[in-house]
Amino acid sequence: MDMKRDYYEDVQFFTSGAIAFWLSILVIGLALFPFVAKNYYVYVANYMAINVIVVIGLNLLVGYTGQISMGHAGFFALGAYGTVALMTHAHFPFLLALPTAGLIAAGFGFLLGLPALRLEGPYLAIATLGFGITITQIIGKIKILGERQGLHAPELTIGPWHLSTDKDFYFLLIPITILLAVLARNLVHTKVGRAFIAIRDADIAAETMGVNLTLYKTLAFAVSAFYAGVGGGLYAFVLRFIEPELFSLFMSVMFLTMAVVGGLGSMMGPVAGACLLGFLDLQLRNILELPYIGQWIKALSESYFTLTGVSNIQMIVFGSILVAIMLFEPLGIYGIWIRTKKYWKMWPF
Amino acid sequence: MVDFLQMVLSGIAVGSSYALMGLGMVLIYKASEVPNFVQGEMALLPVFITYMLLSSYGLPYYIAFPATLIFAFILGCILEFAVLRRAKEPNVLGLIIITIGLEMLLIGFVSWKFGAEQHVMPFPISTYDAIILGDIFISTLDMLTLVVALIIMLILFLFFRFSKIGVAMKATQQNENAAALMGIKTHQIRMITWGISAVVGSVAGLLIAPVLMQPYMMWDPMLKGFAGAVVGGMTSLPGAVFGAYIVGVVEHLFGGYVSIEFKSVVAFVVIVLVLCIKPSGLFARHYVKKV
Repeated sequence: MDMKRDYYEDVQFFTSGAIAFWLSILVIGLALFPFVAKNYYVYVANYMAINVIVVIGLNLLVGYTGQISMGHAGFFALGAYGTVALMTHAHFPFLLALPTAGLIAAGFGFLLGLPALRLEGPYLAIATLGFGITITQIIGKIKILGERQGLHAPELTIGPWHLSTDKDFYFLLIPITILLAVLARNLVHTKVGRAFIAIRDADIAAETMGVNLTLYKTLAFAVSAFYAGVGGGLYAFVLRFIEPELFSLFMSVMFLTMAVVGGLGSMMGPVAGACLLGFLDLQLRNILELPYIGQWIKALSESYFTLTGVSNIQMIVFGSILVAIMLFEPLGIYGIWIRTKKYWKMWPF
Repeated sequence: MVDFLQMVLSGIAVGSSYALMGLGMVLIYKASEVPNFVQGEMALLPVFITYMLLSSYGLPYYIAFPATLIFAFILGCILEFAVLRRAKEPNVLGLIIITIGLEMLLIGFVSWKFGAEQHVMPFPISTYDAIILGDIFISTLDMLTLVVALIIMLILFLFFRFSKIGVAMKATQQNENAAALMGIKTHQIRMITWGISAVVGSVAGLLIAPVLMQPYMMWDPMLKGFAGAVVGGMTSLPGAVFGAYIVGVVEHLFGGYVSIEFKSVVAFVVIVLVLCIKPSGLFARHYVKKV
């Protein structure tokens, strides 16, 4: 579709003026958003931004390197607990604790990457899944991490700036999200990113071309875990309270779902997927309070289903989205976007 | 020593239900090359249907249980026919995602329909009965699980060895193109495999239901069965059974001697260790990719 003529065209940040224009609109929109939106929607935006961070990282691993991870909730938990514990027990400032916790998660990602070197397909899926479950179980037994009762996030102060509301946190979170997204986008266009893609497409061919499989596979796990860890550290301050049950297998599956629904192996896809499903997730949690359909669902539940199980509609919706996406558009939202663009390219002819 | 034997025996009893789940997963993995995350829920829905037949419609056991198994067979066939077969450009990740999607769909439906609370499944055998052999005692339900699991394994063995469909299944798993050229309808065979797998899973579900019956009841057996199957090598039926028993026994021994708290996660540590040494499991021949 768009042909690259030389190397600089491949690595340049804004591939066209239109993209630069829309991106600057997006950044301005994000900056103005908390001034016009209600407080609840700022919270929703924070929640979505955290999903975006984790899913971008997961996409580097799953979409670009072609490895499966069903244990990202484990890294997420490591980041969340790491940040809070470093701040309360070791009195690290937030801006130091967050990357440190991210690095701890990255260390575990490196460790998980080692067995992953020899595994693929279902074997890798069950190994990472086991990791995710084990980590949260272990965290739930450690005394300074609050055991099963969980931990409260400490007050957040950066220099003179005291962040107490969702709005304040929004202005910290969004720049970090943008920074991490730009980093990921640039990483894909470097030697490392090209090595990842080569491993995904044909690992043996990549190895014969001189790509060090051991290095790059573990690096992909570590980078992805770092993103999840940073996302987790920020998540602790969105919720202000974390407990081991939060970081369940369901969460890992949700991250994977977001990446797939958005479109693996693209930069825009995971962002779209994380925003869409993150938003749906929050909305469907209190489905009975939604306008119009809430009443209808309530009546339906009372006559044919049960009211106690009504929150499970969320699962039905996500399950249907997943199946439908995989059956009709394996490239996800990104694939839909590409097709629409192609269709309208020559309009009105 | 008595403690040890007791733990091993309980482990084997629990391992039996894992083994049934593992067998179901391996059957499907061999046929469709997909780690089937919907295995647990293919059993969950039939179990809740049985519950409905027994407690709401008051049907006797000898009608309800066979009806469940027939329903499970049809459910498995429908899932393969309507969803898995329609997948575009299937790769491992895509198929995993589809099965996870189906799993969420079914579990969401069941918990919406029946609520999140614990139900009590009517069952011919009380869960409090126990058989006592010397100093060891084992609950009748566990004993029944063990016996049923062994019977199912025997039936599967005979089925694959002597029945026409069973042999056709093996042929399809070994080489699909060659099987199709020999006149086997491979699509149909794959569909039947899904049905059989759902039946095997449902038997496990029916045996678990008297102890624990709520929408998430099949999660743990499914994951442990999967773990067992991976230890055994995903492509070997005896391997899956053996792996599942290992998982059950190790879990109980670990719970008894080391720490009861980490009992449920030790299975995953075991599989990671096994996979580090033998990346394709204990019983499968290691598959080396050719360029």
